[in-house]
Amino acid sequence: MSILVNRDTRVICQGITGKVGEFHTRGCLAYGTRMVGGVTPGKGGETIADLPVFNTVAEARDATGANATMIFVPPAFAADAILEAVAAGIELVIAITEGIPVMDMARVMPVVHASKSRLIGPNCPGVITPGQCKIGIMPGYIHTPGHVGVMSRSGTLTYEAVWQLTQLGHGQSTCVGLGGDPLVGSSFIDILALFQADPDTHAILMMGEIGGSAEEEAADYVKHHVTKPVAAFIAGQTAPPGKRMGHAGAIISGGKGTAEAKLEALRDAGIEVAESPADMGAALVRAVEKSRS
Amino acid sequence: MKIHEFQAKDLLRAAGVPVLAGRVARSPAEAAAAFTALGTPVCAVKAQIHAGGRGKGKVQGGDQRGVELAKSAPDAERIAKGLLGNTLVTIQTGPEGQVVRQVFVESGCAIERELYCAVLVDRRVGSPVLIASTAGGMDIEEVAAKTPELILSEPFDPDRGLGAYQARVLASKLGLPTASWRHAETFFRRLCRAFVDLDASLLEINPLVLTKDGSLVALDAKMTFDDNALFRHPALAALRDEAEEDPSETRAAAAGLSYVKLSGTIGCLVNGAGLAMSTMDLVKYHGGEPANFLDVGGGADVKAVTEAFRIILSDPHVKAILVNIFGGIMRCTTIATALVEASKTVGFTVPLVVRLEGTEVEEGKKILAASGAKIITADGLTDAAQKVVAASKA
Repeated sequence: MSILVNRDTRVICQGITGKVGEFHTRGCLAYGTRMVGGVTPGKGGETIADLPVFNTVAEARDATGANATMIFVPPAFAADAILEAVAAGIELVIAITEGIPVMDMARVMPVVHASKSRLIGPNCPGVITPGQCKIGIMPGYIHTPGHVGVMSRSGTLTYEAVWQLTQLGHGQSTCVGLGGDPLVGSSFIDILALFQADPDTHAILMMGEIGGSAEEEAADYVKHHVTKPVAAFIAGQTAPPGKRMGHAGAIISGGKGTAEAKLEALRDAGIEVAESPADMGAALVRAVEKSRS
Repeated sequence: MKIHEFQAKDLLRAAGVPVLAGRVARSPAEAAAAFTALGTPVCAVKAQIHAGGRGKGKVQGGDQRGVELAKSAPDAERIAKGLLGNTLVTIQTGPEGQVVRQVFVESGCAIERELYCAVLVDRRVGSPVLIASTAGGMDIEEVAAKTPELILSEPFDPDRGLGAYQARVLASKLGLPTASWRHAETFFRRLCRAFVDLDASLLEINPLVLTKDGSLVALDAKMTFDDNALFRHPALAALRDEAEEDPSETRAAAAGLSYVKLSGTIGCLVNGAGLAMSTMDLVKYHGGEPANFLDVGGGADVKAVTEAFRIILSDPHVKAILVNIFGGIMRCTTIATALVEASKTVGFTVPLVVRLEGTEVEEGKKILAASGAKIITADGLTDAAQKVVAASKA
């Protein structure tokens, strides 16, 4: 078991004929992901990495039975690509694209919420169930199959955490990159609910960052609904207010989104907090040990 | 991207949102001429910098505030003289302050009440939202913390815009006289429309003024744009004032790097925003102070990484540099090659600690070892942080 994706997930890539889309499609294939096709308007009939290219998502779905999509469409057109995937009834829509205007996402969000599709991202590394299915840009080899659910708003920080877990002998059930933008399709809470319900996930490690209040809401959810051990780290504890730290969402504004408030909320919910980024894997181990004692 | 108050007011005026008449001045004489041209008995002379808190802020080494009232042309000239070319320190500029290069001379109005409103994107709701409060002119962050019930909020759909009924709900809750509700409808709906049409990320009116004659006016305007949407607003690019931005940050942006200057002594070069923030945290955790945030991104080449080193080294406070790379898309060999290249072309004047992990890490380490460049290598995050903090204090 795992969440969101497994060896049966049938994946298409929107933007497969672009350099980045093709590169990562090949990466996913090499990992063993069941890639079944791609979509680029006007390039239907071509073949990329031995996969058929279609003009529309609906055509791709009908021909391949795809139930997940990985979006690499450039930012100006990415919101439309998400809407197309949702309209075609694709169950899992993973938007990797970085730099989508926030107002475009504000138009996408109600459509996604009213549909049966789940959106992950945008501006995220993707989702991986180690040994089964990788949809996204993360380096596959750092992951090991196991029982820790990992979720984060940041890419390379997730790699760091996964690497620490792997070295400590803790494999991962599924790793989910939520994305660094102000508006993203899935929140910590959405994924926490899935991890809590997944019998194969025994503990949860989450990496948040400054800005917004998603971490506080997650902490509150853990307090009331999650029985599995949880550990967390908040990036940007030294960031000054008013400065955007790379991610559009990583900014302390209006006195909101400070690391202190987030850490306090996490501790209050009984979550084991990593003191430094070198401590993320160890914090998860502590959380597991505490739950046993 | 941030813009000045007078620019924001030009945009609001064009969108049909009521603002007062005003003129920008770049010399005391221009300020005097602006006062005369406006022809009102009182004008406000306002420093134009990309930071808030101007009304309470003071000019360095003096008592003059960032916003003062002038009752005559010579008065306006005197106030402008005290501001232009001088450094204004406000709660938002930090102790080093910001140089005032232009002032905005704006006609006065008869104020009945001061209110607050702002439009921004609410992450939790997933849509833009109009926020309003009766606590105008005050520090809204303090209001939010102490009396959250005074903050009203109406989310709206970007395409449908704010409903007329929503504007009336706010007008009612704000206690505006019913005779002013029609003004409120127009004001709030046009403000929300402008926010969406211009792809703003923040549009703050503090204070929003109810005048003696019952109309609403934006007395101040603070506007920030979504950088990701600037591509569809070419006219907005002309409003960028690079003089207000940190030159290193501008230079980094041109090279495709994400850089934020900070006040410490340890330069950081990292791939990925989350890991870059965490690296700063790590440095601090081990007793050092980060000199910057720098994310080279996933697709950086040798040229971009070399530029990153130049930018870090151009900060005279930097005493040591920490390179922290977790290769995913970015290969360790690329970074290692760039490091060697940079050590030849830029020349490292301070100790350099390098921690590599991930894709092609062994090959990367070999490149560094073979180069003979003076590099302190580290295994793992803690080792790297301890070494760079020690080097910065040596």
